[in-house]
Amino acid sequence: MGLVKNLFAGVYGFIESLGQSGIFLFQSLFRLPIRWGEAIRLYVRQVYSVGVLSLIIIIVSGAFIGMVLALQGYSILTSYGSESAVGQLLALTLLRELGPVVTGLLFAGRAGSALTAEIGLMKATEQLSSYEMMGIDPLRRVIAPRLLAGITCMPILALIFSAVGIWAGMMVSVNWLGVYEGSFWASMQQSVFFDTDIMNGIIKSFVFAIAVVWIAVYQGYVCQPTSEGIGRATTRTVVMGSLAILGLDFLLTAAMFGDF
Amino acid sequence: MWFIEGFQDLHERNEFSWRIFYYYAVLVSIRFCYRESSVEVYIDVKNLSFSRGGRAIYDDVTLQIPKGKITAVMGPSGVGKTTLLRLIGGQVMPNSGTVTVDGVNIAQASRKELFEARRRMGMLFQSGALFSDMSVFENVALPLQEYTDFDKTMIRDIVLMKLQSVGLRGAAHLMPSELSGGMARRAALARAIALDPDLVMYDEPFAGQDPISKGVLVELIQRLNRAANITSVLVSHDVEESLSIADHVCLLSGGKVILSGTPEEVRSSTDERVVQFLQGHADGPVAFHYPAPEYREQLLERN
Amino acid sequence: MKDKKAGLLVGIFMLLGVAAFIYLAMQVSGLAFNDKTQGYTIQARFDDIGGLTDRAKVTIAGVTVGQVESIEYDKEYYMAKVVMTIFSEVDNIPTDSSVAILTSGLIGEKYLGISIGAEEEVLHNGDELYDTQSALVLENLIGQFLMNAGSDN
Repeated sequence: MGLVKNLFAGVYGFIESLGQSGIFLFQSLFRLPIRWGEAIRLYVRQVYSVGVLSLIIIIVSGAFIGMVLALQGYSILTSYGSESAVGQLLALTLLRELGPVVTGLLFAGRAGSALTAEIGLMKATEQLSSYEMMGIDPLRRVIAPRLLAGITCMPILALIFSAVGIWAGMMVSVNWLGVYEGSFWASMQQSVFFDTDIMNGIIKSFVFAIAVVWIAVYQGYVCQPTSEGIGRATTRTVVMGSLAILGLDFLLTAAMFGDF
Repeated sequence: MWFIEGFQDLHERNEFSWRIFYYYAVLVSIRFCYRESSVEVYIDVKNLSFSRGGRAIYDDVTLQIPKGKITAVMGPSGVGKTTLLRLIGGQVMPNSGTVTVDGVNIAQASRKELFEARRRMGMLFQSGALFSDMSVFENVALPLQEYTDFDKTMIRDIVLMKLQSVGLRGAAHLMPSELSGGMARRAALARAIALDPDLVMYDEPFAGQDPISKGVLVELIQRLNRAANITSVLVSHDVEESLSIADHVCLLSGGKVILSGTPEEVRSSTDERVVQFLQGHADGPVAFHYPAPEYREQLLERN
Repeated sequence: MKDKKAGLLVGIFMLLGVAAFIYLAMQVSGLAFNDKTQGYTIQARFDDIGGLTDRAKVTIAGVTVGQVESIEYDKEYYMAKVVMTIFSEVDNIPTDSSVAILTSGLIGEKYLGISIGAEEEVLHNGDELYDTQSALVLENLIGQFLMNAGSDN
């Protein structure tokens, strides 16, 4: 009896917070007025702190993941005598799955947690209240630029991740393991399609970006304005963001590639 | 007159600018327009009840804050003094009763009316609440950029004037993290008065300040009020500082107004709740002990 | 000043994104913008294409000379109709050449191989190759092998 009641309360709470965060998202993005000059300035500032500052971790992880994939793929494929297919394996894995997913996870850890902590701290130090008391909507001034910057940065980061990964994997397999470069590229180009692989990867990372950034700014905005509350909200951002990415990835993969 | 202060600042800079004159001319005319609608009571709180998390913070409170005076709202910690300021600013809404600011019923106001009303309020938050990603100058300039069409040089002049009046013109380029607590509060005060509001609310301005900073803030609050004829609401539990500058005092306790009057009336009150608060007695109407079962019984209690 | 530096870095960041996108599109997926204009198309009908896909390569003597444009079902003949583009410099394929579906390696991809005939006349845009050899389907091979073994007895 108590279990059923708890379950109901849990579902109710989930639906309620989903609705509230939906309203929150809508209000941040569509509430007017917008002054373009200022909006662009705020947006660029956020792209700097969300995108540019995440660049190093994305490039380094992309390179390592590409190299590991090349090594693993080579050692498996070479036993079938088809080590030239390592290019195909590398490109498809990175473009379809690892690019968007790993970028999303890293982004949730690096930029998402920072967003939550920053907004939480602004709440704790009454900066959000201060905007409100000035008659400036904090959703428009603080939240919207962060949302938009995050949503546009992540697909870019995922593209860079995939490109770096493929390049690093190529270095390992061609220059170190001795795969013939021509067949490396040929097998890759034969099997990678621009619309199904590259575009689907971009769509995926776009969806992940919306999920992660939405969770991050919402958690920051509703957190308890204490040091403990900010800590908990940050943890929740990373956990919920990562789970959302993995769950959405399954759904999107089923929808995009599930017909064969 | 209230705007003399502005001109005095200009004389200190040995410069007279028609821009500034224009700015003040606009302000004066705005004042005259509002003057017709203004009433003696600036903020009128009627039968206000407010509870948070199941705990009643205000229970049927009625109080008035006179126009152009410094009103100190005092009471022990946790009595909801800050909440009163948030109710006035419309950041939280009362469960019942009304809060009327200069004729506008805050709880009934639309979003637009509320923002309009807030434009004429300045609030000094307890922590200062300077925007940490902007310099002091940008902080003070923000409300001007947001609400006026003044060009860059004019905004610069006004910002420097406001910073001059709090003594921080030299700190304009600093970031909030580089300021001391007292300086941050002064910078926040400059921001709060950037639009020359009719009402300035101070949330615990003296808390955690050294005696010099306290003295500076007392001086500033007084000077601002006299010079610009601003209605000031001061929320504090620093008895001495508050009583020294207030024209009118409201003492809150247990969700009720227990005394409302001049500082002299407060000092001469014989109400033991007032006396306990002023003298700082450890035990009294506000008990030293948190409610607990009988001491002896609990000690003797087994299992 | 700070804003200016941030703006510059953001610009570089965006350019990096565009560069990565172009790299992926051109180098990795082999997308070329003027690929289709250079060449002529011919077609062939197969009984069974056995896993041939669009963009599979077309070879003569193992050298790539074109790629598969489209594969569709020909309702009239109950066969698969494959349209392929041949590079324009390869303009001397005899009309009686044959085309077969081949596999590169044991698990590699399917591709088309053209064997040159003896006719003087050469193929032009829109012509058809009539001599086709379908893909080797493992199940059919095993079936044939068992039939032969049975008839030997």
